[in-house]
Amino acid sequence: MTYITKPQLHHPSLRANGLGYTRRDYEGSVSTLCAGCGHDSISAAIIQAAFELELPPHRVAKLSGIGCSSKTPDYFLGASHGFNTVHGRMPSVLTGANLANRDLIYLGVSGDGDSASIGLGQFAHAIRRGVNMLYIVENNGVYGLTKGQFSATSDKGSKSKRGVVNHDAGIDMVSLALQMGATFVARSFSGDKAQLVPLIKAGLAHKGAAFIDCISPCVQFNNHVGSTKSFDYVREHNEAVNRLDMIPPRAPIQVDYAPGETVRVQQHDGSILSLHKLAELYNPGNRAQALGYLQARQARGQIVTGLLFVDPEHGDLHDAIGTVDTPLNQLGEAELVPGAAALAKINAELQ
Amino acid sequence: MQRTSEVGDDYFHKVVDCQWACPAHTPVPEYIRLIAEGRYSDAYMINWKSNVFPGVLGRTCDRPCEPACRRGRVEAEPVAICRLKRVAADLKSDITDRLPPPAAQPNGKRVALVGCGPASLTVARDLAPLGYQLTLFDGETKSAGMIRSQIPRFRLPEEVIDEEVGYIEALGGVELRLGQPIDSLGALLAEGYDAVFVGSGAPRGRDLDIPGREEAKANIHIGIDWLSSVSFGHIDRIGRRVIVLGGGNTAMDCCRTSRRLGGEDVKVIVRSGFEEMKASPWEKEDAMHEDIPILNYRVPKAFTHEGGRLTGVTFEVVEAVYDADGRRKLIPSGEPDEHYECDDVLVAVGQENAFPWIERDLGLEFDEWNMPKVDPVTFQATRPGVFFGGDAAFGPKNIIWAVAHGHEAAVSIHKHCQGQDVAERPPPGATLVSQKMGIHEWSYDNDVSNDRRHRVPLRDKAEALANVRLEVELGFDARLGFDEAQRCLNCDVQTVFADKLCIECDACVDICPMDCITFTDDGEEAELRTRLKAPAENPDQDLYVSGKLATGRVMAKDEDVCLHCGLCAERCPTGAWDMQKFYLEMTHAGPHA
Repeated sequence: MTYITKPQLHHPSLRANGLGYTRRDYEGSVSTLCAGCGHDSISAAIIQAAFELELPPHRVAKLSGIGCSSKTPDYFLGASHGFNTVHGRMPSVLTGANLANRDLIYLGVSGDGDSASIGLGQFAHAIRRGVNMLYIVENNGVYGLTKGQFSATSDKGSKSKRGVVNHDAGIDMVSLALQMGATFVARSFSGDKAQLVPLIKAGLAHKGAAFIDCISPCVQFNNHVGSTKSFDYVREHNEAVNRLDMIPPRAPIQVDYAPGETVRVQQHDGSILSLHKLAELYNPGNRAQALGYLQARQARGQIVTGLLFVDPEHGDLHDAIGTVDTPLNQLGEAELVPGAAALAKINAELQ
Repeated sequence: MQRTSEVGDDYFHKVVDCQWACPAHTPVPEYIRLIAEGRYSDAYMINWKSNVFPGVLGRTCDRPCEPACRRGRVEAEPVAICRLKRVAADLKSDITDRLPPPAAQPNGKRVALVGCGPASLTVARDLAPLGYQLTLFDGETKSAGMIRSQIPRFRLPEEVIDEEVGYIEALGGVELRLGQPIDSLGALLAEGYDAVFVGSGAPRGRDLDIPGREEAKANIHIGIDWLSSVSFGHIDRIGRRVIVLGGGNTAMDCCRTSRRLGGEDVKVIVRSGFEEMKASPWEKEDAMHEDIPILNYRVPKAFTHEGGRLTGVTFEVVEAVYDADGRRKLIPSGEPDEHYECDDVLVAVGQENAFPWIERDLGLEFDEWNMPKVDPVTFQATRPGVFFGGDAAFGPKNIIWAVAHGHEAAVSIHKHCQGQDVAERPPPGATLVSQKMGIHEWSYDNDVSNDRRHRVPLRDKAEALANVRLEVELGFDARLGFDEAQRCLNCDVQTVFADKLCIECDACVDICPMDCITFTDDGEEAELRTRLKAPAENPDQDLYVSGKLATGRVMAKDEDVCLHCGLCAERCPTGAWDMQKFYLEMTHAGPHA
């Protein structure tokens, strides 16, 4: 960890976004994670994405559970709302917050322990309900805080730092999210911000349950030969299916790829996802094909990254249960307590 | 691009902007850290070794280090390096026991030095401990040359001069022959010295030959001569209304001195624009603070007079136009001439060297401007054994240049006297040492201060203007000195990168507050500069570039605005980044030279 705070001085050319904030204004306190932690790179990518999207910091809520990854919301968006919840229970708290105030932008940050072990059920249900959020799992395949035991996402056959071979099957969070009905599913790598930042921007702009599985090497306990989540292993086995440009609403669209190589997807907020194909046959609009492709590549030892599936039309939990447009926490007594006559009317309908 | 690790010591020296800009290459960050630690005597000795006159320079230096200071590029203003030097001089304890001991015995070599100003005194300082017998001649009855004669006492008290000249005299083997002007170099050479050093300065002030000069001469004075007369107590009054002609630092000293000798309505009137004036910005500020207006774009046309008495000066009003090559020309603006009344005029329009005392048949070649030809590296004239330095060598500069010349000339004189080739110069001594003390602990305070530049406290204006010998600046006290010292970015603590250890985790890129670091594809420098995390638009500042890393990319760091906060090294999991102190010391005359 670092003992001094990051100096306030910044590069003279540092620019402000449309809200008058610089990228530095989206930072949080200095990270207390180990030097070189992949999670810090993800925090930096979130900061960059929030700056580029010109998010008003006070309109963002960041929620997390327990673990190294769940500490990170302290290190970005220092002026946003935050909730460090109980271990594995972030999805429930986020769902509740979202139901109470649908106007905030929800960012759930969790790890492989928090989401694939103790919180697996919570994760699955928040996704299947279509809560409007971006859910990022900072996936390092190891329990760093307790010094390096295998986690539930460690691949079968991978080796721990002490040479022990993992005999349990690893949970693939991307496949799980696809099966649970997530409407935006991506995988990325903390060491590739060019890929990660646009995915975070697109995920934040997506309406519905957006999920990013971000492989994030644990430099301290899972960055050795035999690990399948090390910098070297991920770089060697990374197979990106596409490259994403996130074009905000009303921004001019620049075409820089030959026709046929690029797929455009318009999201609810008017933003456009411009997907440059890298794998010719990959179609991010088909859930079943995505699952098949993932499994086939996984069997060959490849790590598929990029925007794997997106359904921009599906909608979210509020659409499904028909809540009013006004956030529930802003409704007054008049709306919430309609009186005895209204109750009698409802009862009559149910008889 | 070429890997920076193959570039050498000059690369790291250049990163230390202040030291690189200083003619004497004083290790500035090192002594500033010592000031912050309260080790004033240690800080003083680093300065004394490098620039000989810390107390004098801490008040009067032209400070080429400050415009170069990196702090000025990342914040509003540079560190007050010059005035911190004064802190070391003011707060030190007795340092006499740290001075080099007199030579055990003379080495049998005799050197004559013409002039007793900063250049000659530096030569004497460097050569005395080696056993030389040094004889310094000066026409004035007191030592220190222009330091004493031209710099007013309200900027530089006499005790400071006496103290620092005294340290040199105490080295042994130094004889000052004051009140003995040299009027023939031939005669001096005939006395059989092993070497002669000419450090006689630029003692002649330029005159202004315009109508009325002769008729009104009683009230028209040459600036440096007048300042000298004030310094030596020959003049203690001036008229109520004074016009100073000229825009250099001498003009600023003239006008401020006038304010202290009875001048109530004192003006500086200058040909050029205010911005292009030769005077340092802070000297202009100091003058204006003392209610002295500076009028620009006015060219003096004539002195007006009545009955043999000066009545004022007429000026043509001009404006600046720039030709296609950006050269400035002053052309008449068409406005009517202006007349300003005054009782006295001080002419401070430049000064020049003059060598009427050097015979032209001694084997010394002179150039087209009738100046002796001097080698810019060895400072030797075309006659072996005769050396020049300070203003006498290349025209008027300032004290710190004279000191730098003196050091180099001393090396040459030593080599000459030992029968060695003066053209072979000793390289500076340089070390590069890790400052890591613990996992995240460094031997220097890497927490960057957010303070803005601290102002030096001044004496009350009325009190200051009442006495020409009362120092107007009070100097930083220990507290302010500490706060100002903390603004230093420790640029000598270098970010050193080891390619082989890097795992390209991006931790340094993410933490760097100045966006200095980028991992990207290699390329030619000009093109590489355009695709860094923050564009590297200052071509005077180098890029620090690694060799190819595992992914085929390189690490490129723009040195321009690096805070040397060490966060890249703190966040580096493998120690690929390390903070290493680069200490460079010039090699002066001695066993290594």
